[in-house]
Amino acid sequence: MSHQATHHAGSHAAEVHPEVGHVVPVKYLVGAGVALLFLTVITVAVRYIDLGEANLMLALAIAVVKATIVALIFMHLRWDRPFNLLVLIGSIVFVGIMLAFSAMDVHQNSPTIFNGNAPEAESVMQANAPGAPVAQIRSTNGGVGSSD
Amino acid sequence: MSQTTANEHTTQADHAHGHDEHAHGHDPHLAHHFDSMAQQFDSAKLGIWLFLATEILFFGGLFVAYAILRMRNPEVFSYASHYLDTIMGGINTCVLILSSLTMALAVRCAQTDRRGGLIVCLVLTFMGAIGFLVIKYFEYTHKFHDNLVWGSSFYVPPHDAEGHAEAMELKTAPTAVTAITVKDPTLFAIPDLAAKPAVDVSAVKSASVGPVGMARASGAPAPEHAVAPAPGKSEEAHPGTHLEDPKMPPNTHLFFAIYYCMTGLHGVHVVAGMGLIGWLIWRSVRGDFSSKNFTAVDTGGLYWHIVDLIWIFLFPLFYLIH
Amino acid sequence: MTTIQLPSPGAISDTIEARPESDNYLTHTRGILSWIFTLDHKRIGVMYMWSVLGAFLLGGTFALLLRTELLTPGPTITDSADTYNQWFTLHGAIMVFLVIIPSIPAALGNIIMPIMLGAKDVAFPRLNLFSYYLWVTGAILCIVSLSMGGFDTGWTFYTPYSTTTTAGGVIPVLTAAFVLGFSSIFTGLNFIVTVHKLRPPGMTWFRMPLFLWSIYATAIIQVLATPVLGITLLLLIVERTVNIGIFNPSMGGDPVLYQHFFWFYSHPAVYIMILPAMGIISDIIAINSHRAIFGYRFIAFSSIAIAMFSFIVWGHHMFTSGQSALMNTLFSAISFSVAIPSAVKVFNWIATLYKGSVSLTTPMWYALAFLFLFTIGGLTGLHLATLSTDVHLHDTYFVVAHFHYVMMGSALIGMIGGLHHWWPKIFGRMYDQRLGTIACWIIFIGFNVTFFTQFILGSQGMPRRYYDYQPEFQIYHVISTIGSYIMAVGFTLTAITLFGSLVNGKKAPANPWGGRSLEWQCASPPPFDNFAKAPRVGDCYDFTVVHWDPKIGGYRVDESNDPEVNPAAQGTKAAH
Repeated sequence: MSHQATHHAGSHAAEVHPEVGHVVPVKYLVGAGVALLFLTVITVAVRYIDLGEANLMLALAIAVVKATIVALIFMHLRWDRPFNLLVLIGSIVFVGIMLAFSAMDVHQNSPTIFNGNAPEAESVMQANAPGAPVAQIRSTNGGVGSSD
Repeated sequence: MSQTTANEHTTQADHAHGHDEHAHGHDPHLAHHFDSMAQQFDSAKLGIWLFLATEILFFGGLFVAYAILRMRNPEVFSYASHYLDTIMGGINTCVLILSSLTMALAVRCAQTDRRGGLIVCLVLTFMGAIGFLVIKYFEYTHKFHDNLVWGSSFYVPPHDAEGHAEAMELKTAPTAVTAITVKDPTLFAIPDLAAKPAVDVSAVKSASVGPVGMARASGAPAPEHAVAPAPGKSEEAHPGTHLEDPKMPPNTHLFFAIYYCMTGLHGVHVVAGMGLIGWLIWRSVRGDFSSKNFTAVDTGGLYWHIVDLIWIFLFPLFYLIH
Repeated sequence: MTTIQLPSPGAISDTIEARPESDNYLTHTRGILSWIFTLDHKRIGVMYMWSVLGAFLLGGTFALLLRTELLTPGPTITDSADTYNQWFTLHGAIMVFLVIIPSIPAALGNIIMPIMLGAKDVAFPRLNLFSYYLWVTGAILCIVSLSMGGFDTGWTFYTPYSTTTTAGGVIPVLTAAFVLGFSSIFTGLNFIVTVHKLRPPGMTWFRMPLFLWSIYATAIIQVLATPVLGITLLLLIVERTVNIGIFNPSMGGDPVLYQHFFWFYSHPAVYIMILPAMGIISDIIAINSHRAIFGYRFIAFSSIAIAMFSFIVWGHHMFTSGQSALMNTLFSAISFSVAIPSAVKVFNWIATLYKGSVSLTTPMWYALAFLFLFTIGGLTGLHLATLSTDVHLHDTYFVVAHFHYVMMGSALIGMIGGLHHWWPKIFGRMYDQRLGTIACWIIFIGFNVTFFTQFILGSQGMPRRYYDYQPEFQIYHVISTIGSYIMAVGFTLTAITLFGSLVNGKKAPANPWGGRSLEWQCASPPPFDNFAKAPRVGDCYDFTVVHWDPKIGGYRVDESNDPEVNPAAQGTKAAH
């Protein structure tokens, strides 16, 4: 670890350097901070442009970029042991597994699951009262029997 | 007493290492079961990263719940998102990013023996955390005032302070209601729902709210004003306007349920982070940290960055739905 | 004196210290406070062990109450079906969260793992102690929940029943499981860092005993799966207190989502229970066959493979819960593939036994019992992974029998086997092996009488968790109950054997079974700091250098022919 630190020292030769760990130069930290603030402004601005489905994708893409900056610079992963990066990525992969399987199930089931959101429910609801679960229940009662 | 045990431990460690050939002598910061500072530091780093992995999976569960709810009720999310204040959320994002930056600078100061800089950076980070929570507090109170809350209270129009209190009280009521109808576990879903249409539809109409009607149908006491709101009151009352909105999709309360769960849990993490940073400030004032001993600042910083990192995802997922 | 004189000066294993016998980890410091605040992994492990065994006694008592109640249709010892519901819930929750999950990693693992690895302690001793006190907090909360009206949800806490039941103890027990989850997470975290960072020079990944591999695989699951349990229980608590509606169908929520959440943790959790037992069995079988384990790398990688597979099969608990047809098919197919790494292990164990010189010690009998029971448990799992059969067998006693064969017949038998295996190391006393073996046989017979009957019961349609049943099922219930009494006798005899050894047991040698891994090279009980110097690490499955020494009544490792230790012996080694 320490040799990496010395290797990176470069312009900061005068500074104290710890035996372990890596000292990130100020320009990296401030640069990362500025980039993050800039991306925040961008992502807020994009909200007001209608791109359809792409809005969500774009917002998430920007979030991923921001998260990457935080992880690599602020959290030192760029200079840290690769295994720590693997731990981070691994945990995200496992959230992904959980998401993928559960979402596939919901996706498959959504036409058959009774959740008060069937098209007929909505039509009755608008005739009755908005957003009232009672109204949904009432309207869909006839269609409860559906099953796969 | 624990102190005594710890001391014994150290003495023992000295004994055990008596014969070891440590090139750099004996470092007071080195625990007895490690051979070198590098080993100790790497262990601490791996340990905190594994902990952060558990945090990601902890929040991951909520992200999955969010995704499932959004998949099933996309219109709820695009509709309800507009009740959130993008500007406040954006400012909060910036506050957290800046506090993350000061935290990263704090770690740097600790590594390079800049005690003054370390304390200043940590205090700034702490203030960032306070700022975040203050803004969050205003957001929450605003939502509570507008009755944008979780559960069935979402559908109770709060006309005045009294009504608001009543609405809060009602939060517990539905549990009781379902407890009555769902006594038999084998008949939980369909009979429960089938029992509901007995509701007097006219009452529902006049109230333009759901769960109150539900509560009434199931025999639980419903607040009178909710069943028959005084005409004209709704115009002057800003709170609860979402109930008058005919465009409101069904199950909108689910958005706020997951919103409060996720931002609430994140808030708890911010509070825990404040405790951690406070402890780091206290220790840095005491002069514990130096280029030889900065692991606590480093690992504490990593925790604070993960809090930031999670918010980076929460912000677009809740505030920036087109 | 436990000093062991080794033959040639160059070949001395430094790990056995000349130190007074009285100075070991048990006697190093005295007084109750030196235990309460201890940071020594061995003492924390021993505290875990007693606590877990206490919880096992409690959970076992509820099991006997259940079985007694089922002796006759209708009321037998309680008139209230609700009391019965609380019993089986308590039995399940205690056995899963308080006993099996911490039994091997936290209790035995804590004691043995760092020594086996050649480390002085786990990476984070304070966290280790904290994790023990989290366990204690969880156990206390379980008891508090009893005084608050108990809980009758089953250990799975399925919604919407768990959010609507009137039982008063649901929130405390959810909190208990939450806290216990974090106890488990911290143990796993500690072990991963220990294995990664505290291996001494020479202990490469592929020199680690298989117990360490399985503990490592377990720790990965603990760290990656348990947080999801935490958030699930937290959501359930919120759901129950303020009715947010995420899992509540009448609020537009999705109860099946709860099951996805719960099983995303709880399926991997059954591998948290079984994997360490598999590790123990690998080591017991190799040591008692005095023969290098067959297919070391296959067993090691199959542990990791099982850990990974465990995350993508959870849906097989939900075949009849309204899960979509596509996901049912997918989960069924992946569940079948878990059989591959499991079978790899079983075949390798049997191949190790083949032409080994098997010593039928008490731990070995447990290992053989494990092989038999795990095979039945594993194969009946295939019945349940088959979609069409599962629809028939789901929520019947067949499922109960299946998971008891795996959870109890394998995980717990593995734990008891490991306890017998390392007991001489932990307490420095030998137990009466004849008595221990008889106890093992009684447990084995009792177990099969109890649970094999339940396979028949289940396939004939007796649903699980029922208080009352049709009279034609009674004969099976009576047989099953008798079996449970036989098991109770067996466990009592085990307790007598083990505790008796503490009173009048013969002093144990450092290496009573002929092991080669590092824990057998330090004294019994181990000294306070395990190894004063980093130990020399050899091939832990090379038993050719382990010899019986009648003078010390145990085995001794003679590495004088190993060229790594004694360059002069180069020729001798080559001649082998």
